[in-house]
Amino acid sequence: MHTQAEPPHIVGYATFVKVWIALVVLTGLLVGLSLTHRPILALLGLLVITPSKASLVFFYFMHLKYESAALKYMAAVAIAVLIIFIGLTFSDYLFR
Amino acid sequence: MSVLAQTHAAEPAGQHRDYGGAKLGMWIFVFTELILFGGLFVAYGIYRSMHAHDFHKASGELNVTLGVINTLILLTSSLTMVLSIVAIRLQRKLHSMLFLACTMLLGAAFLVNKVFEWKAKIHHGIYPGSEHLMARPPGERLFFGLYFGMTGLHGLHVTIGVVVMSVMLVLLARDRIRHNDFIKLENTGLYWHLVDVIWIFLLPLFYLAA
Repeated sequence: MHTQAEPPHIVGYATFVKVWIALVVLTGLLVGLSLTHRPILALLGLLVITPSKASLVFFYFMHLKYESAALKYMAAVAIAVLIIFIGLTFSDYLFR
Repeated sequence: MSVLAQTHAAEPAGQHRDYGGAKLGMWIFVFTELILFGGLFVAYGIYRSMHAHDFHKASGELNVTLGVINTLILLTSSLTMVLSIVAIRLQRKLHSMLFLACTMLLGAAFLVNKVFEWKAKIHHGIYPGSEHLMARPPGERLFFGLYFGMTGLHGLHVTIGVVVMSVMLVLLARDRIRHNDFIKLENTGLYWHLVDVIWIFLLPLFYLAA
């Protein structure tokens, strides 16, 4: 497996400030959707906005965007395992 | 002198450094944490599907404003954390230390808010096993059990993060973390961002579920 001997290039301050602004805006949107008291919009917030916020943190703050392909695949496998766990447990409860 | 030669010159004789390996190890730890909290999220999801009405009602008792303020605090602390790493890589040691100190203060502010929130709940007789709570429907008991359990485990992670950051601050001050040797600070950042990601999911599940 390929591992880096040296750290990757430096990403400047501005990129991270923009990501932070995006995260704050998405949080505002999430809270706004929940205030409409419409379950379908709240679900949309939970299933679309929340994972988007988590992805922004993973890809930019946690630097995943700039990591090697091997690390990206590992992260994908970990998330896939989590989704399989959640999916299997829920299908068990819903169809018993 | 090339960058590579400089790096080697800064490395004390006999000390092996593996930047990629150190980071990979931290990521594997992050994955185990995702599975740990993932299990708790599954428990939440199943109990909510069984007691939808009770969860909805109990969630309405949580302080949304405090939950949102704590979200903004953690998001901002994630920003200052990442800026601390950028600063040390640009050889701005003082900036790096200031950003890290800001992150610690924001982490502490999060915990102070959490204490006030828990104190208010306990004051109203809502805590696991309390007489008041045991008299309520099973779904509400489960909701508050999960609320205390999950925000408690998350709070423990925040506390550990603040302690680890205080160690990093000392290492920065003593030049043990430098522009060409910052993996300890970067791994601390990975941990702190994970704590942020978990809170990103806790906010809609607990505070906005009503």
